Amino acid sequence: MFKSFGSVEALRGVDFEVRAGEVMALVGDNGAGKSTLIKCVAGINSIDSGEILFEGQPVTIHGPKDAAKLGIEVVYQDLALCDNLDVVQNMYLGREVHDPLFRLKEAPMEQRTTETLKSLSVTTIKSVRQPVATLSGGQRQSVAVARAVLWNNRVVFLDEPTAALGVAQTRQVLDLVKRLGEQGLAVVLVSHNLNDVFEVADRITVLRLGRNVGVYEKDKTTVEEIVEAITMGGAPTGQAAA
Amino acid sequence: MSSAAPAEIQAAAEDQDSLAAVLRARWEALKGGDVGNLPVIVGIIAITIFFTSKSSIFFSAVNFTNLIGQMAGVTVIAVGIVFVLLIGEIDLSVGYVSAVASVVVAEAQPAGTNHDYPGLVAIGLAILAGALIGAAQGSIIAFVGVPSFVVTLAGLLISQGIVIKALGTQGVIGIQDQKVLDVSNYILTKNTGWIIAIVFTVGLAAASFGTYFSRRRAGLPTGNIIITAARVVFYGGLAFAAVAVCNHYRGVPLVGLIILFVVVLGSYLAGRTSFGRHVYAVGGSAEAARRAGINVKLIRILCFVISGAMAGLGGVILASRLNSVDLTFGGGTLLLDSISAAVIGGVSLFGGRGRVSGALFGGLIIGMISNGTDLLGSADWVKYVTTGSILLAAVTLDTVARRRQAAVGR
Repeated sequence: MFKSFGSVEALRGVDFEVRAGEVMALVGDNGAGKSTLIKCVAGINSIDSGEILFEGQPVTIHGPKDAAKLGIEVVYQDLALCDNLDVVQNMYLGREVHDPLFRLKEAPMEQRTTETLKSLSVTTIKSVRQPVATLSGGQRQSVAVARAVLWNNRVVFLDEPTAALGVAQTRQVLDLVKRLGEQGLAVVLVSHNLNDVFEVADRITVLRLGRNVGVYEKDKTTVEEIVEAITMGGAPTGQAAA
Repeated sequence: MSSAAPAEIQAAAEDQDSLAAVLRARWEALKGGDVGNLPVIVGIIAITIFFTSKSSIFFSAVNFTNLIGQMAGVTVIAVGIVFVLLIGEIDLSVGYVSAVASVVVAEAQPAGTNHDYPGLVAIGLAILAGALIGAAQGSIIAFVGVPSFVVTLAGLLISQGIVIKALGTQGVIGIQDQKVLDVSNYILTKNTGWIIAIVFTVGLAAASFGTYFSRRRAGLPTGNIIITAARVVFYGGLAFAAVAVCNHYRGVPLVGLIILFVVVLGSYLAGRTSFGRHVYAVGGSAEAARRAGINVKLIRILCFVISGAMAGLGGVILASRLNSVDLTFGGGTLLLDSISAAVIGGVSLFGGRGRVSGALFGGLIIGMISNGTDLLGSADWVKYVTTGSILLAAVTLDTVARRRQAAVGR
């Protein structure tokens, strides 16, 4: 699986790829273009030029629905869930199961929600019929991630999944991220926290000022090298912007 | 999807469904700020007791029939308001939109003119006019992003202008068409009344038990069957009681059936369809809804279309009740009563919370206060102060409930 981008204003020719079954971390300073990159793939922003390849085939993504159809899901750090709706309703938001008369079929939706949460070992949620407003930060993040799994997605982007969480909840979410990779999904983890990144990622892509500075294997690099790449663009490929 | 659930889930489901567990869960929800219909039902009972103790006429078949006619217009308009409130918007234009609709129905029906349409066509045109105004307002709100408060305030003024222009110097149009007059004045036969009560109860039972058994088949928590049955008996009993009281006088007014139909249809739309789910989602978080691929603009426009159409129907009901349309139509407290009815019925002004049935309960409370104070011969100020206080209490309750819910979350 390979994706590449041409010159979007915030992205000056970024090549980025993620393979099935790996956790790819996407790091970079503020304004490096991480969010823009995600939004392009999710169909929220359109790309000016360049192409997206999915399983080797060029695809066009014009909206969130197109991305969803391909099996690309983005889990945002905020604003991803409706507080007033319950867990099941959020998991199926925008893709409800209904009969030809648009009547909702609640039972199968609830059943699969329960099964999915169980397969990810999310056990702290008491009832899938409680409003998301009553859940803790970690539980909410778990619901958002589980939503990605429920839809048999093949590429999952996680945008700062641990930014607002405490220690125990961060633990929960990182375990979840690992499990996603083990289940054969392609996982892209966007994070500022290099400890988190080094714990779960297989490879690390560093962005700087809208350019790809380099891709590092986790086992063959160090935190210091990544920090240098983020701040100075000291890439081995020498692509750093001035 | 019909495969049986693993045994442990089934066992857990049964655990959650014992009577004690269900009541405990309900109590927790109550503490967490989810008060449901409880305050409004308590309010209705309290108001009934108060006025019954003050006036022997209040709790009578004649007055009950009268009350249904009085609350009909406001309640139907309030159902439309519920949808707009659910997406976190407001519609200030409904009062005068209903006046425009009543002018349309009045202009479309007079015998001997060149546009003397059959009554039902005239009614359809009136509702269509309301829906079109709603669509126009909704489009400006959704596409341009002008706040709904301002757009519908402009809509209020423009609609009022249209009414003044249309009524011209004569200032009043009488309603002659029998079909239009029937809307608020026709009384159903006593047997028809019973049939309505039976159909309502059977429908409610089918829906409730259908849900119960399909969930049980799927091995999901079902809620307690006794509580399900009790709810069916309670609401079914209310329907039979209402019919019995009406039949004690002349019978159920047609407009009562219209209220029931609108509320049931609205509840179905909001609670059981994907459209309704998207309405709640937009009210909860428009950004999350958009990212989930929901067409937020379309949902917004449709909610204003519903609000406009319901205002149109409300206008027809009011015109039919008054037998005419004049320049005072749509003014007064109609707008504020309609919004108050929805809010008193537990629909949140912040969007995303509340039920369509709240419009019925809220409309009933407002109708009862108005009716009761009239019976007591109280001055108008009593009516206004009472309605205002109840509205304030309802909004306060909503705000507190919201804060509690957030507090439970983190």
